[in-house]
Amino acid sequence: MTAAHDFPLYPHRHLLGIRGLSPADIEILLARADDAVSLSRQQDKKSSALRGRTQINLFYEASTRTQASFELAGKRLGADVMNMSVASSSVKKGETLIDTAITLNAMRPDILVIRHHSAGAAALLSQKVGCSVVNAGDGAHEHPTQALLDALTIKRAKGRLARLTVAICGDVLHSRVARSNLILLGAMGARLRIVAPSTLLPAGIREMGVEVTNSMAEGLRDADVVMMLRLQRERMAGSFVPSSREYFRYFGLDKEKLKAAKDDCLVMHPGPMNRGVEISSAVADGPQSVIQEQVEMGVAVRMAVMQALLDPRRNDEIAA
Amino acid sequence: MSASLFERARIVDPLRGLDETGSVLVVDGKITASGADALNQGAPEGATRIDCANKLLVPGLIDSWVFIGEPGGEHRETIASAGKAAAAGGVTSLVMMPDTNPVIDDVALVEFVLRTARASAEINIHPAASVTKGLEGRELTEFGLLKQAGAVAFAEGRHSIRSSLVMRRALTYARDFDAVVAHQTTDADLAADGVMNEGLYGTWLGLPGIPREAELLPLERDLSLARLTGAKYHAAKLSTALSADAIRRAKQDGADVTAGAAIANLSLNENDVGEYRTFFKLDPPLRAEEDRQAMIEALRDGTIDILVSSHDPQDVDTKRLPFADAEAGAIGLETLLAAALRLYHSGEVPLLRLVDALSTAPARRFGLEGGTLRPTAVANLALIDLDEPWIVREEALLSRSKNTCFEGARMQGRVLQTMVAGRTVFQAESYR
Repeated sequence: MTAAHDFPLYPHRHLLGIRGLSPADIEILLARADDAVSLSRQQDKKSSALRGRTQINLFYEASTRTQASFELAGKRLGADVMNMSVASSSVKKGETLIDTAITLNAMRPDILVIRHHSAGAAALLSQKVGCSVVNAGDGAHEHPTQALLDALTIKRAKGRLARLTVAICGDVLHSRVARSNLILLGAMGARLRIVAPSTLLPAGIREMGVEVTNSMAEGLRDADVVMMLRLQRERMAGSFVPSSREYFRYFGLDKEKLKAAKDDCLVMHPGPMNRGVEISSAVADGPQSVIQEQVEMGVAVRMAVMQALLDPRRNDEIAA
Repeated sequence: MSASLFERARIVDPLRGLDETGSVLVVDGKITASGADALNQGAPEGATRIDCANKLLVPGLIDSWVFIGEPGGEHRETIASAGKAAAAGGVTSLVMMPDTNPVIDDVALVEFVLRTARASAEINIHPAASVTKGLEGRELTEFGLLKQAGAVAFAEGRHSIRSSLVMRRALTYARDFDAVVAHQTTDADLAADGVMNEGLYGTWLGLPGIPREAELLPLERDLSLARLTGAKYHAAKLSTALSADAIRRAKQDGADVTAGAAIANLSLNENDVGEYRTFFKLDPPLRAEEDRQAMIEALRDGTIDILVSSHDPQDVDTKRLPFADAEAGAIGLETLLAAALRLYHSGEVPLLRLVDALSTAPARRFGLEGGTLRPTAVANLALIDLDEPWIVREEALLSRSKNTCFEGARMQGRVLQTMVAGRTVFQAESYR
């Protein structure tokens, strides 16, 4: 393990999105995350870096994996972690996000992790609380820790991010994962391609400076990385695409389509997967898949983010 | 007898095509002399003489798209508080939207509004009745009785009529009563869950977009039906270049069609939404800069006849929410004139056209008194310092709600005095 003071001070109080981070900021987080991987692979996985600190996970959308990942990250660092299950809380009785924020803030947490169905919810929360806020996904806006863990996974496998050709495939329209990845990978110098049926492309995508195509063969040609996006079930039955069968035929990743990419192309998916819709089991469980690594990197990235935000040197600064 | 003489003012009176230095004499609530030929003619004994050198005198503004919370939402705005805000903005008459609780779809409600306005507001408040009962888009309201009771237009407020058949019947029936149907068009299916302009900026914010075509498609339908029926149709709040083109074509075809736009859509664009600023969530949404430019051009060339504030008071409860969940709308009675004057100061729209859009054109379209300074007209007027700089401050606004999208904005041009039927209803502090 590297000592905390060996990392440059992270200059932001919150992590609300990848937008606004400099490449240097991203490098700090990735370096810290790389370090956290080592801790997580030891037999004794516990550190005391965040001992005495309180972390509240406020999840307005059900999410088993992301919530578990944040919880585990906090616990490995010695923080006290509380999960607010919104389904059974006063939010259902009509309490607004801001009132909930003010209430939680009064309990003096050090870090609030929020997932919300509305874009901008994390930013709104951050204006009303005195602690650090981590965006764990807000509507179709951003999911910064996902982009960071994807970048870490790629970097550890390929040694770099710059000049890699990354194809992001599927429901870009509704995907915060895609947005955060486009910003992060673009900032780090990757070449980006978007592959999706036009009904799942957001407005203005052709002005983003990425290649856009409706053909998997074209989009995957010589790619170093292919990222598949989850297609929500309610969007498969005629609203955005006619059927999951047709979607899989043209946009689902199978062995045949993957042949267009480089032989050592990484296959990624943020999970949870719809096997047989956006990805075949043979590919998801195949030799090029790094989907399990992504989950492992997820815990490390979240540890890194929380340590960077709660850097003790920052308190010294404030005290001084 | 009471008399006031406004001397040596720059008089802008679009009805007479007049922009000249002159005097305006008001006697017992009426204008009795007005223009250069009224200069140095003296005044009746006891008249208040007001030196207006370097000041602008215009017919009082007529804001034809205003939401008020009374009845049913008095915590947002009352008829009295809207009247005060209007007077401070140089607005001497306004048309109130029927989106109240209960809806203004019945003679009793029209009478309630007029009675309350007489008792509590110093400016003229004219109710628009809803086109359909309960704003539900199905059954027509009693156009004849409502008009007779004092409804000056038939409007569906925040709602848009989905059924082409209902719209056709409304226009056909309105024609029998020579009534104007004013409609803000939104295709609810196409707009879906959209909350801002559809485009790259909205995509990066992760907010669902409202395409321009959601405004255009029902507008094209309405314009076709206006041609078919020969009715008076007013496209109330346009926001896109495509819509302006549709209006141009309909006017060329000779349809009895007019168009309006909210000043916000000529002052601001989608980038003003910034980081989810809900005070900039408007309906129609703030569009791209090209659309804003096209709207200014459409105002300049008269395609857009009327400018409105689209004053829509919202409480903190409905605005302090994530962007998608917040209510749309912003207040605007007190900033309508100053925001419009930006277009004059920038040289984009001549003053005569601007005053026409703010006063004369709405008076003509909705058959309201005022809108001119010619002799015999009612003395509804606003005295303005065209150059006085000021900064919009939420705490200085008189409206009961504070959801302005001009907070902190620098303005040039300010109302000094507002007069309704010869009575001064507002005087700026600096001018007292």
